[in-house]
Amino acid sequence: MSELHQKSLRELGEGLAAGAFSSVELTEHFLQRIRNHDPALNSFITVSDREALRQAGAADERIQKGEGGPLTGIPLIHKDIFCTHGVKTSCGSRMLDNFISPYDATVVEKLADAGMVMLGKANMDEFAMGSSNETSYYGPVRNPWDTERVPGGSSGGSAAAVAARLAPAATGTDTGGSIRQPAALCGITGLKPTYGRVSRWGMIAFASSLDQAGPMARSAEDCALLLSVMAGFDERDSTSVDRPVDDYLAALEQPVKGLRVGVVKEFFGEGLDSGVGASIGEAMKVLEGLGVELVEVSLPHSRYSVPAYYVVAPAEASSNLARYDGVRFGHRCEDPKDLEDLYKRSRAEGFGAEVKRRIMIGTYALSAGYYDAYYLKAQKVRQVIAQDFRNAFDQADLLLGPASPEVAFRLGEKSDDPVSMYLSDIYTIAVNLAGLPALSMPAPRAHGLPVGLQLIGNYFDEGRLLNLAHQLQLATDWHLQTPEGFE
Amino acid sequence: MTLEREDVEKIAHLARLAVAEEQLETLRGELAGILRLVEQMDELDTGDILPMAHPLEMTQRLRPDLVTEENHREEYQAVAPLVENGLYLVPRVIE
Amino acid sequence: MAWETVIGLEIHVQLTTQSKIFSGASTRFGAEPNTQACLVDLGFPGVLPVLNEGAVRRAVLFGTAIEAEIARRSVFARKNYFYPDLPKGYQISQYELPIVGRGHVEILLENGERKRIGVTRAHLEEDAGKSLHEDFHGYTGIDLNRAGTPLLEIVSEPDLRSAREAVAYAKKIHQIVTYLGICDGNMQEGSFRMDANVSVRPVGQEEFGTRTELKNLNSFRFLERAIDFEVERQIDVLESGGEVVQETRLYDPQKDETRSMRTKEEANDYRYFPDPDLLPLVIDDAFIEETVRDMPELPEARRRRFEEQYGLSAYDADVLTATRAAADYYEAVVAVAGDAKLAANWMMVELYGALNKAGLELAESPISAKALGELVLRIADDTISGKIAKTVFEEMWQSGRSADAIIDEKGLKQITDSGAIEAIVDEVLAENAQQVENYRNADPKKQPKMLGFFVGQVMKKSQGKANPKQVNELLRKKLE
Repeated sequence: MSELHQKSLRELGEGLAAGAFSSVELTEHFLQRIRNHDPALNSFITVSDREALRQAGAADERIQKGEGGPLTGIPLIHKDIFCTHGVKTSCGSRMLDNFISPYDATVVEKLADAGMVMLGKANMDEFAMGSSNETSYYGPVRNPWDTERVPGGSSGGSAAAVAARLAPAATGTDTGGSIRQPAALCGITGLKPTYGRVSRWGMIAFASSLDQAGPMARSAEDCALLLSVMAGFDERDSTSVDRPVDDYLAALEQPVKGLRVGVVKEFFGEGLDSGVGASIGEAMKVLEGLGVELVEVSLPHSRYSVPAYYVVAPAEASSNLARYDGVRFGHRCEDPKDLEDLYKRSRAEGFGAEVKRRIMIGTYALSAGYYDAYYLKAQKVRQVIAQDFRNAFDQADLLLGPASPEVAFRLGEKSDDPVSMYLSDIYTIAVNLAGLPALSMPAPRAHGLPVGLQLIGNYFDEGRLLNLAHQLQLATDWHLQTPEGFE
Repeated sequence: MTLEREDVEKIAHLARLAVAEEQLETLRGELAGILRLVEQMDELDTGDILPMAHPLEMTQRLRPDLVTEENHREEYQAVAPLVENGLYLVPRVIE
Repeated sequence: MAWETVIGLEIHVQLTTQSKIFSGASTRFGAEPNTQACLVDLGFPGVLPVLNEGAVRRAVLFGTAIEAEIARRSVFARKNYFYPDLPKGYQISQYELPIVGRGHVEILLENGERKRIGVTRAHLEEDAGKSLHEDFHGYTGIDLNRAGTPLLEIVSEPDLRSAREAVAYAKKIHQIVTYLGICDGNMQEGSFRMDANVSVRPVGQEEFGTRTELKNLNSFRFLERAIDFEVERQIDVLESGGEVVQETRLYDPQKDETRSMRTKEEANDYRYFPDPDLLPLVIDDAFIEETVRDMPELPEARRRRFEEQYGLSAYDADVLTATRAAADYYEAVVAVAGDAKLAANWMMVELYGALNKAGLELAESPISAKALGELVLRIADDTISGKIAKTVFEEMWQSGRSADAIIDEKGLKQITDSGAIEAIVDEVLAENAQQVENYRNADPKKQPKMLGFFVGQVMKKSQGKANPKQVNELLRKKLE
């Protein structure tokens, strides 16, 4: 029984189907682990234990009737950015501390329909704005590999919980690296799909043209299982793509010999920690051993991705977050003296410092007289960056680089310097601007801490990404390593 | 572009965020720092390039004109800070 | 100094879709507060908009009707500002690329000339909710049922030169949108709302004066009075050496004046940018063709057809096509009555007279088009005389019964039996021998007038039921 939390999703599904353990037992096992270990990590905002056990009971019935699918009865956690009917959905913010969502996000609905059991809601940077999980109203999440360090962000709770084996799987969202960077820093596998592949309905918006939900789990195979359910057209989301979902599980087994993988020159320059660089180098050697052909490619304008992102994302956010006004839901200040006071104090009290900074930057970038210099300019830079990728994919099937320039940094190390924090997403942001799929998976550790290998695919090429990651994981055990104390 | 204190006040008002007098200078410094990062874009000549608003070249899908929603007022107003007789209440608006 | 007035109108037209522009909530008017506001309309966290095809088709119909270019690619943008009736903190509208480009309409001036008025653009957007200012212990109540109702905002060129022209243009737009059936035109319920941009300049000056924007003009009468007041005000300001301030002014119908809206609001900075939740709206020829295939006949075309097909005068055709409801009513009357000119007279004189007296709209008429058609038919086929028909009409108006039922019950059927009429005529002639003698000796020019006496006597004797035509003919023959 003690090994349950070390099993892959496929193994858990097989065990449930064979009756080796029930979903209720499995769920109780994870709830117990959460009770034991989460106080040290703070990876949960809400643990929905009663509802989880109810769902587990229903899953067991489904399995007994032979109506279960591959994920029926398996627990997971949702990033608290996804609306969950009847369950608090805070988005890591005081603004929504009292918000019980009256509806489910499409992602939540789909995973529930597949029979998955929700253990609770994962901690996150407030409104997904952050790279360290330190902007959460609910306090920072700690990295299970070293609790003095950050887990990355914004999906830090999801990454830490999966790394600590408090849940076998989690959902995350990635606007500028928020799945890949915490996956890297916590040593798990996380995939950001192509923009439009997974519905955004019910996923609280940060930057609408960049946000994309994806799976976070221990292996590429786990991610493939989850993505098979999460992906797909949704008529409630105008930006959802009406296109069949590929068979990701079948893709896992494709041969990788002869695959051309582009090594992004710009991701190995100044600013990259040498330990991280060496780790990525080691992973590259294994890839070559698998018959993969490595070629050098260039994304010459990638250094402009962070500047462009910090216009586009805040601009969209400044508008998306205008609905939090203390009128229909969310925080409302005490005794507003007039309408303006209601707005200004409710918002000032409800939002944390980083969210306010970004709202202000975005407001400024869109305001009269600055629109062309900032917003329009950023959209043009975005086009240049997307063109870089188009050129690179003329030479390679997939691209490769580190997911983060360094391993997990210490709590508080960057929290006083927004710009240095922003630069920790330097290798992930360009992908969001272009709308491409990418994943981060464990490479050999450096300085005793996890390192993320980033693979970037062409549009809708999630299958090939998962394929290469899976083949690399079959040949290595980096993704199986568990932080001490959480085995 | 330099960011003045007055700019910060104006932005804060546009965004409806109360900012305490003593925080203005710190905030101005932080925002100016972010703008310096952002302004690195200026190095790039983007003259004829088409702005990119969406990652994918897709067009808007149309929904058939059908009523699909029912009344859920009680449920939706359960999370509202202040309602009366089915109305959301705000401090009196003077026209 | 002589001044010239320059006016441009912005008209907000609520479209007649069943559901909202970006959600599946109903647009029905008058529901309990917030019962037709779904998650999307309320701007809940995580919700997304999807565009209503019905709204797009209605915009295409309007654009086609005013001979405008339909944009093959248009873009929705967010207009950002905080207001309690605007749930998301932004309004989804179209800014740089509207769906309907430059078009035009023609208005009829008082001197009978026609003037072409340019329409700059028309764009789709969502309506806001309503603020209810009745006292909720010092609070304002917010009802978001209207939030998300589709609007077409129609912006005119500054081509209008008087309040009268502005009214004629607004009425023309009202006529077009109601003809197209894309708007119910109900001004009381706010389905058709107008704002006016007004400025004055010395006659002969090229550049425009500073304009003010007049809001809250929810009837054609208010539109005219507000502009008249505002023009006077601006001229007074300028002639006393002052300057017109560019501002938004509210028309107060009680005081019949405009006043500055008391806001210390900063110069509006709406921070428009393309809505990232919506993609560019691309329309192809097939979509446009499919949309305009069932386009209803427009007022101009229908007016011309009425002249040709029914032989109506230009004036009658104009009156009867003033609204789609009137034209539909008229054609329904003709379909039953057959006689188009008689039908036109009865509708314009008797029916409109009665409606006017009762203060009713055509839609509220107690006499249906079919019922009026049946009455006119009885005149046309000589069952009753026009005079009797007026009595029947009154009875129909009061009781709602059919013309035939009333004619039958009251025995009002005209006497057309020539024998019976001849007997009455003979009786009258015998009783009035002296008048007969006088008639026969009179100047033939005076005879027609004298004939009236005998006709009156015959009609009196027949209780008005004798067919006047036959009576006339018989009398003339017998008096020769």
